[in-house]
Amino acid sequence: MEISPSLLNNVLIPIVKALVIVNVMAVMSGVLTIIERRSLAFLQVRKGPNRVGWEGSLQWVADTVKLLFKEDVVPEKAEHLIHYLAPVLVVVPALTVFAVIPWGPEMTFRVPGIGKITTGAYATDLNVGLLFILAVTSIGIYGIILAGWASNSKYALLGGLRSAAQLISYEVPMGFAVVSVILMSRSLSLVEIIEAQRRMHLWFVFPGLLAFFLYFLSGVAETNRVPFDLPEAESELVAGFHTEYSGIKWSFFFLGEYANMVTVSAIATTLFFGGWLRPFPNVAALSFLDLIPGIVWFLAKIFVFMLVYIWFRGTFPRYRFDQLMDLGWKTLIPLALVNLVVIAIAALGGTRGLQILAWILCGGFALAVVVVTRTRSRKAARAARPVTPVEVRA
Amino acid sequence: MTEETPPKPVPAAAAAPKKGPVATDASQKPLVLGLAAAVPGSVLSAKEFVGETTVDVALDRILDALRHLKNASFTYLVDLTAVDWKDRQPRFDVVYYLHSFQKGNERIRLKVGVKEGEECPSATAVFETSNWMEREVFDLFGITFKDHPDLRRILTWEGFNGHPLRKDFPVEGIDTGAAIYPDRYPEGGGPAPDDPNRKTLS
Amino acid sequence: MSAPAGIGEPEPPPDDHTLLGLREMELNFGPQHPSTHGVLRIILKVDGERIVSARPEIGYLHRGTEKLFETETYPMVIPHTDRLDYVAAATNNHAYCLTVEKMLGLEVPKKAQYIRVLLDEMQRISSHLLWLATAGIDLGAMTPFFYTFREREVILDLFEEYCGARLTLHCMRIGGLLEDLTPGWIQKVRDFTVPFEARIDEYEDLLTENRIWKLRTIGVGVLNAARCVEMGVTGPPLRAAGLAWDVRRAIPYEVYPELDFEIPVGKNADTYDRYLVRMAELRQSRRIVLQCCDWLEKNPEGPIRGKTPRVIKPPVGEAYAAVEAPKGELGFYLVSNGTNKPYRLHVRPPSFINLQALPEMAKGHLVSDLVAVIGTIDIVLGEVDR
Repeated sequence: MEISPSLLNNVLIPIVKALVIVNVMAVMSGVLTIIERRSLAFLQVRKGPNRVGWEGSLQWVADTVKLLFKEDVVPEKAEHLIHYLAPVLVVVPALTVFAVIPWGPEMTFRVPGIGKITTGAYATDLNVGLLFILAVTSIGIYGIILAGWASNSKYALLGGLRSAAQLISYEVPMGFAVVSVILMSRSLSLVEIIEAQRRMHLWFVFPGLLAFFLYFLSGVAETNRVPFDLPEAESELVAGFHTEYSGIKWSFFFLGEYANMVTVSAIATTLFFGGWLRPFPNVAALSFLDLIPGIVWFLAKIFVFMLVYIWFRGTFPRYRFDQLMDLGWKTLIPLALVNLVVIAIAALGGTRGLQILAWILCGGFALAVVVVTRTRSRKAARAARPVTPVEVRA
Repeated sequence: MTEETPPKPVPAAAAAPKKGPVATDASQKPLVLGLAAAVPGSVLSAKEFVGETTVDVALDRILDALRHLKNASFTYLVDLTAVDWKDRQPRFDVVYYLHSFQKGNERIRLKVGVKEGEECPSATAVFETSNWMEREVFDLFGITFKDHPDLRRILTWEGFNGHPLRKDFPVEGIDTGAAIYPDRYPEGGGPAPDDPNRKTLS
Repeated sequence: MSAPAGIGEPEPPPDDHTLLGLREMELNFGPQHPSTHGVLRIILKVDGERIVSARPEIGYLHRGTEKLFETETYPMVIPHTDRLDYVAAATNNHAYCLTVEKMLGLEVPKKAQYIRVLLDEMQRISSHLLWLATAGIDLGAMTPFFYTFREREVILDLFEEYCGARLTLHCMRIGGLLEDLTPGWIQKVRDFTVPFEARIDEYEDLLTENRIWKLRTIGVGVLNAARCVEMGVTGPPLRAAGLAWDVRRAIPYEVYPELDFEIPVGKNADTYDRYLVRMAELRQSRRIVLQCCDWLEKNPEGPIRGKTPRVIKPPVGEAYAAVEAPKGELGFYLVSNGTNKPYRLHVRPPSFINLQALPEMAKGHLVSDLVAVIGTIDIVLGEVDR
């Protein structure tokens, strides 16, 4: 049977790729939960799930099955249609984003019966990929707001409102951080951004050190993770926007959250850490690293970011709502603007300008770390505290 | 740490005769005399027992006595409670226990007798902390406090019928019957399974 | 059936707080809520997330303990006291036994006093650790929970080895203790206590200088010393307000005058200072435990129970004795009519009285701060509701 190239390239291959990506992502969210629970347990001197499968590795399967069969409780006074729609609105955009995420470079392989196929390890390479991501991830927030509103519960409503305010505030610095990368790469296509990093022999994290921090902080905030997990703050709002959800609908929120975490990590990798490129792609002496395929490099980098997420969760208390807003509007946005100007000036000098900026920034950062660790002594901090023991004799 | 120890200040009655501590008259103590002079007619009697001074105060002078003591550095109301003497007249004792941070951590107990159905003046005007304590006494003894800002039951539920710490309240409890929301659910403790008003899921 | 006076909700105050014509929302916080530490219910009026008023409703755990006291003989009351502040049973036992001993004029042997103080202070450590764990979780800091529970577990194991119970100890008796120490127990306590200092440093590393922790706690729930006294608030909140008042020093009982320890005081009377005070108290309690260990190792012999009469019948009269429980002043007011059962036994529960200050501490803050404030008062509902 002969398959016409246009059918193959425009229909069959995208369908296969979409299927693979959606299913891999759904499974990956499950696997990530087990990784998170075990790593968190490691941080918290406990064992974590270790019974189902090897060292608890199949716990997520058991959990998924449990969630699928759980009773789906809908509050009597909920807005039924929207209550149903909200989890879908969270999950669909979260998974749609993966269409443009470049997992690996173009690959060529032979399929029996069809012939040689050359295709990228990504569903599509949009020339406005970054814009697409920013646009689609913002849709997910409607799901959360609607979930909060449709539940007809005050806790859920507060959670939904917090989420809306949080997303709007942090979308701005995130956008500015992304724009600075666009200035450096002069492209909106994610594949092109990675190629630009290869051409310049420079991961954008070095000239865009500040942009990276801004991006990742905003990313953590937008995925509602600790220390910005206010919309679902367990100790305050019970479970926030998903208080009134159970079973599979609840797990959709969960899936959406983890998919968003992967998205944020994947974009951070793409924009700042060279995507699928191995470290030092221009140094020939390290070419043995090419034996490891690009997709593995990409996943490894994502994995590191996921560990950072978990590390945050094990370390930080939660911000308060007004403090979160202060941080966003009074700190991150001005910083993002300054950063944008600096990078715009450096980008005028082309690759050379960016490299100089990278040296200045990284040198300054290293210096700051040294100075801070040397001067801040624990003893002085303890002495400055307001609590003093008093000897009282009766 | 030293082996020889200073004499212990608290069981003050340790040196008392073998039968145990006995109460002594304390009406000549300067504190009690001061109270009697400042608030005439307030001190009915005073005694000292195991190192604690207890003053019986007239019901109508209790607020003045408390106010005087508060000005005399007894700023901390440790405790407020009541005792039910079932067959005695007046039936109840309302007990105030005050602490002074200045006079060597001295403490003094005031007692007022309250007849059944009689109103005790609320101490909330003097000590804010007595708010919940008086609510508790109201709840468990049924003593009402005049001018209390928010006199509601605190430990038992609203609609509970009875005052559990009264001596005539049975330990095993009473049949509260329809006392829970009597206006809403006339019989039984709540909505019956076939009640049309009963809220169900789904 | 006519309802007694005072039933039902009070008249709602006139609605003067309006914004753009929008009324504030009423939020029912509890009784089933992850951070009310039990079955506390708080009726909140919120304007957005800002608290306009907070009204605690308690009594969901009321078990009529004070009524039950009146039906039991004096020794039989002790297990009931375990269930008041169920995370600090030793201090409850202690306060009750002190009261009865005061009435009887009983002398408790030195050794029993030291063991009592030792148990008290270990109980204080375990109670403060539990507080730190839950207060951390309330503010979203999950990890300290597991660190503190690791140590609390050791303390509970030690209690279990001594008296067979982990929480409801029931180990003190009127006039002394039930059992002597098991051989080698002191050494085990020492093995735990000596390295405990490093553990406290570990908790402090996680929280004390943590930027978010400071943001969340500094300036939250301020209750100054004058207000503390007015509201009857005792314990760490009072000391964090700068008043160095502690029952162990003010009205000393047992062997506390012989022991060398200090009372930590704060300055700013906020949640952060209360946290620091409790952390400093952990260190002081550790010192006391070590001193008790020293004494008990030097004096292993001796009676653990005084000359307690077979049937305990205190003379007619009344007495009040208090201890410094982890939460504040815990006192028992005993009225005896000369029989073998207390005529009236009233508890002065620190949680109950400290909780009264909650509306004042929470007012004007955000819902998130309410959680911090509830945590910082350190309530145990068993004691609040009795």
